[in-house]
Amino acid sequence: MAQIELRSLAKSYKTGKVLDGLSLSVDEGEIVCVFGPSGAGKTVLLRLIAGVEELDAGSIFLEGRDVTEAPPETRGVGIAFQNFALFPHMSAFDNIGSALTARGASKATIKAKVEKVASLLKISHVLGHAPRELSNGQKQRTALARALAADPKIVLLDDPLRNVDAKLRYEMRLELPSLLRASGATVLYVTQDYKEAMAIGDRIAVLLDGRFEQIAKPSAIYRDPTSMGVARLFGDPTINLIPIRPRAGDGGTLCEIGGATVALGASHAAAAGRAVLLGLRPEALQVTDAAGADGFPVEVIAVTPLNEKTVLLMRTPEGQEIFASEAGVENEARRPGPAFAHFDPARALAFDEASGTRIGGGA
Amino acid sequence: MEHTSLLERILRGVAVSAILAFFLFPIFWIFLMSFQTNEQVLRIPPSLFFEPTTINYTSLITGKLQTAAGSLDLAFMQNLWNSVLLSTCSVALALLLGVPAAYAFARFKFPLSEDIAFTLLSFRFAPPLLVLLPLALYFQDIGLNDTYIGLIWIYQLIALPLILWIVRGYFEDISPDIEYAYRIAGHSWLQTFTRIAIPLARPGIAAAGLLAFIFCWNNFVFALILASADKQPVTVGALAFVTASGIQYGQIAAAIVLSVTPTLALALYAQRYLVEGLSLGAVKG
Repeated sequence: MAQIELRSLAKSYKTGKVLDGLSLSVDEGEIVCVFGPSGAGKTVLLRLIAGVEELDAGSIFLEGRDVTEAPPETRGVGIAFQNFALFPHMSAFDNIGSALTARGASKATIKAKVEKVASLLKISHVLGHAPRELSNGQKQRTALARALAADPKIVLLDDPLRNVDAKLRYEMRLELPSLLRASGATVLYVTQDYKEAMAIGDRIAVLLDGRFEQIAKPSAIYRDPTSMGVARLFGDPTINLIPIRPRAGDGGTLCEIGGATVALGASHAAAAGRAVLLGLRPEALQVTDAAGADGFPVEVIAVTPLNEKTVLLMRTPEGQEIFASEAGVENEARRPGPAFAHFDPARALAFDEASGTRIGGGA
Repeated sequence: MEHTSLLERILRGVAVSAILAFFLFPIFWIFLMSFQTNEQVLRIPPSLFFEPTTINYTSLITGKLQTAAGSLDLAFMQNLWNSVLLSTCSVALALLLGVPAAYAFARFKFPLSEDIAFTLLSFRFAPPLLVLLPLALYFQDIGLNDTYIGLIWIYQLIALPLILWIVRGYFEDISPDIEYAYRIAGHSWLQTFTRIAIPLARPGIAAAGLLAFIFCWNNFVFALILASADKQPVTVGALAFVTASGIQYGQIAAAIVLSVTPTLALALYAQRYLVEGLSLGAVKG
């Protein structure tokens, strides 16, 4: 049974529509990352589910119960805010125990549960401190502990790693999935960092223009995006989009890039005769000095070694700047200058130029 | 600043002393005057050295004023009690009404909310004398003239807007997320108000309450017109010191010292709640 079920939610403010016909179903124990650019309405979505904002239309079911009209205190969810929102006049202990206190738990139960979650999050030594005496990392963990302490069936996390330093963010990105899975809760995790979404989520729901543009497993979102919008949000450097006009030719679909004819293979047949943006992930491009078959000429402008990979900034004869990334730093010989780029047509994604919809390539 | 030179520190000390002397000297002088007889006060040139007397205080407390023209009855202690009663009740009522109202104006957007809040503030714009005459007539009609209840009601014109607007600002400064977090944790709206909003706005409530108390305490015209002798506060009661046989400077000074004391005590007590920065570190970003 779905633990969280959202049915065509709509919400608008004076400034315009934020959510428009958004639906999602999350299974028990699943972690779904809500990912989208800032201002997409991710936080609004969590607030609607928690009940602190009112819906314009649609309905929300939590644990199979219609809570659309229910006040927040009856929904039984745990939440961690992006800005922590700790109660400043209470100790970390009282902060974490607040949901237990509200449920009328005994002092011993509260103490046991708070200490358990605090030791999991490594903040046992600061339980007596007031929020202003905590470091950012400790505040973040306290906020997280507060969300988890009462063993809620549903946990909503609003970009909890946004305000912590890079090192802690990296650690938590590794720790959080097992921590959340151990709690057995169904989790909706909001983030605007695609790496975080891919590391933590069982599935990723991409929020664009008030709707979920795609809901899929992290690997599928990356390899098989349904639209240009989704493809551009994942990957660093971002996906290259080269305008082409494929045509049907001998033995498959062909296109012209920089004066060279490149074969696109069978998976791009639907793109023939249309204005298309060819999506090429930087790591799908191989750069060679020799032309070879199906290569197109480029000018390498800059070579940036980043330890685990080398990023090349290149220019096509049409003047478009594109990126390629090569694994490792072995290729010390790579220098700026003329070269040729190749790609496996199966890894190239074709998007309709006008609508951005996927029309070919990929898995 | 760690790089302040000696000269700079000396100059700063001198400047601070000058300002303190300027503001505190009148109070210090009044304090001295309260221990002098009228003759000593009016001596020329005035002197810092005199034989202290407590006659001013005893005559105020016993209510018998001895003047050259004979003995006069004083209702000063009754006036002082009236002031305490009127100011305390007015501020208590204003807090009871104003704090929830301030919360409503800060948190909920309802039709005309800004207009209502502004109307309440505008009570402070009109000169009190302008409203007093019609008010006095109405009060006579409905029997509120010369009653404590009537005065406390009228004092809301002073206290309520002040509390409403100051406390509203403090409520607005509390991140709504803190309240949301408390509600989602399973607490009702009312619990969130009493256990989160009020404790976090306490410095503002203390400041507004203290200011409102001072303004009520110092009010003169409302009580002058709307109350008779036995209900009048010290501000009006002080008129009695201007007698047919002259102005009783010593008693006036003693009366000032006595009537400043409650406000001063309250200010010292409220000081601990005025400490700001309680909410620092609660939210980030």
